Amino acid sequence: MDRVPIIKIGKYLLAAIQADVQDNVAVALQEDLAARIIAAGSRLVLLDISGLQIVDSFIGRMIGDTAGIVKLLDAEVIVVGMQPAVAITLVELGLTLSGVRTALNVESALAMAGIRDRN
Amino acid sequence: MAASERVTVALRTQEDVVLLRHRVREQAVGLKFSLLEQTKIVTAASELGRNVLTYGGAGEAIIEACMKNGRYGLTLTFIDHGPGIPNVEDAMRPGFSTGGGLGLGLAGTRRLVDEFELRSEVGKGTIVRIVRWK
Amino acid sequence: MTSNPLVTPVPLVRAKYETILESWIAEQRRSATARPDLISDSDRARQSSEVLSTLLEGLDSGSLDVSGPAWEHMRATLRGISLSRGRLGFSPTETVLFILSLKEPLFDSLQELDPSDRAEAILELNKLVDRFTLFTSEVYQQGREEVILRQQQEVLELSTPVVRLWQGILTLPLIGTLDSERTQVVMESLLQAIVDTGSTIAIIDITGVQTVDTKVAQHLIQTVAAARLMGADCMISGIRPQIAQTIIHLGITLPDIVTKATLADAFLAALDRLGRRVVATDTESAAGR
Repeated sequence: MDRVPIIKIGKYLLAAIQADVQDNVAVALQEDLAARIIAAGSRLVLLDISGLQIVDSFIGRMIGDTAGIVKLLDAEVIVVGMQPAVAITLVELGLTLSGVRTALNVESALAMAGIRDRN
Repeated sequence: MAASERVTVALRTQEDVVLLRHRVREQAVGLKFSLLEQTKIVTAASELGRNVLTYGGAGEAIIEACMKNGRYGLTLTFIDHGPGIPNVEDAMRPGFSTGGGLGLGLAGTRRLVDEFELRSEVGKGTIVRIVRWK
Repeated sequence: MTSNPLVTPVPLVRAKYETILESWIAEQRRSATARPDLISDSDRARQSSEVLSTLLEGLDSGSLDVSGPAWEHMRATLRGISLSRGRLGFSPTETVLFILSLKEPLFDSLQELDPSDRAEAILELNKLVDRFTLFTSEVYQQGREEVILRQQQEVLELSTPVVRLWQGILTLPLIGTLDSERTQVVMESLLQAIVDTGSTIAIIDITGVQTVDTKVAQHLIQTVAAARLMGADCMISGIRPQIAQTIIHLGITLPDIVTKATLADAFLAALDRLGRRVVATDTESAAGR
């Protein structure tokens, strides 16, 4: 996988990480997201990790960093579709992904963001 | 179907870690580990494989099926000839890090496996051996 | 002891180790019970080699007591092989024939001994192999019994249903005594159900649970943490006074988990979180009741 594709759907951006991402692909994703957020004026990025069977501390850090970068651009990341085996393993690894919001699927994520906007 | 004998994966680049994950997954599937057990052992392999690259420079991983008292298991051994770990106790403490970030992650990795053994000598290198029983 | 019939053949067996091993493996492969579908060539070779080398070890001791310490290693090896073959699907006969087929190559290797030594050695070796065959058979039996027990357990687990109370709300009613292994399996299926149904709230109801120990509590806490990582949340309902006491006395802290006395309370709380509540359909008939 060379670059993670980013799709713009209405007001939000969606990026689906299909498989193991190398360092350079991860950095490229962060750069692309930053550029697209500014270009599209998006406030919400959905990071779909339903295709990730393995999330180790490197990927965990990458997700955390991505959320941090996006936040600095006044937008938000919601991580979507984490697999049960991955979640259980992360808990055991002690990786909390604190500061990163998660949702079961795109629908819940949008509901979360929607509800937030109403306030 | 029984798993095959030992598989050695050279660890020199990022791609090698990806290959390592696949090989470990293959062996775990062969031993009929459940999806969750597979996830844990592959994740542990990924952590330790990355450590070899980051802290050891380069090295190798050996994947071997094993058996004890009627139970099948998977043994992974990570070897590097890097600078070694000066203070193993510190390194094993949760949250310990010499570089930026989450550090060696050894404490967490240890929780994913049934047996964990680390031997390191400054200037010589490090060997980490983990076992996950079925 | 000048001539222990078990010890006399040892140097010969050791010298002809490779030959014996090869012809034993060949014998196994030739047999109708070889089952190459269940065991790979390399595993067969490894198992045979283990048995032969531990046999040699035991013979060296000269002990005829197969249940004694001298034959500990052999017993452990046979136990491992028997259990794994049982699990792989080998029949009892197939498993036992594995050991029995060692006799011929073993006895063949003793040609060079003088006839009376040879006769004695074969007699004793024969007894020994027979005893180990019986041992292997017993272990196989025990192994099968354990498998059946575990299968029964699994059926029990599968019969712990995850119930969908409402759109977005699941409940997992746990019943009976929870052991660590069962709890783990059940929790995994709850997390999978969360993904499958897209439910954001799971109520773990422990009304029917007798006791909760530290390990089980830990699994519960980890399951809640995992659910949260996935984007859902859990509540625990049905905590009986004894269980509440046990939890406090064990020093277990439930991190930020909503707990309710009854499933009904939890359900209402869950509905509330989803922005819903229960209302009477008709105020008049409600008053009339």
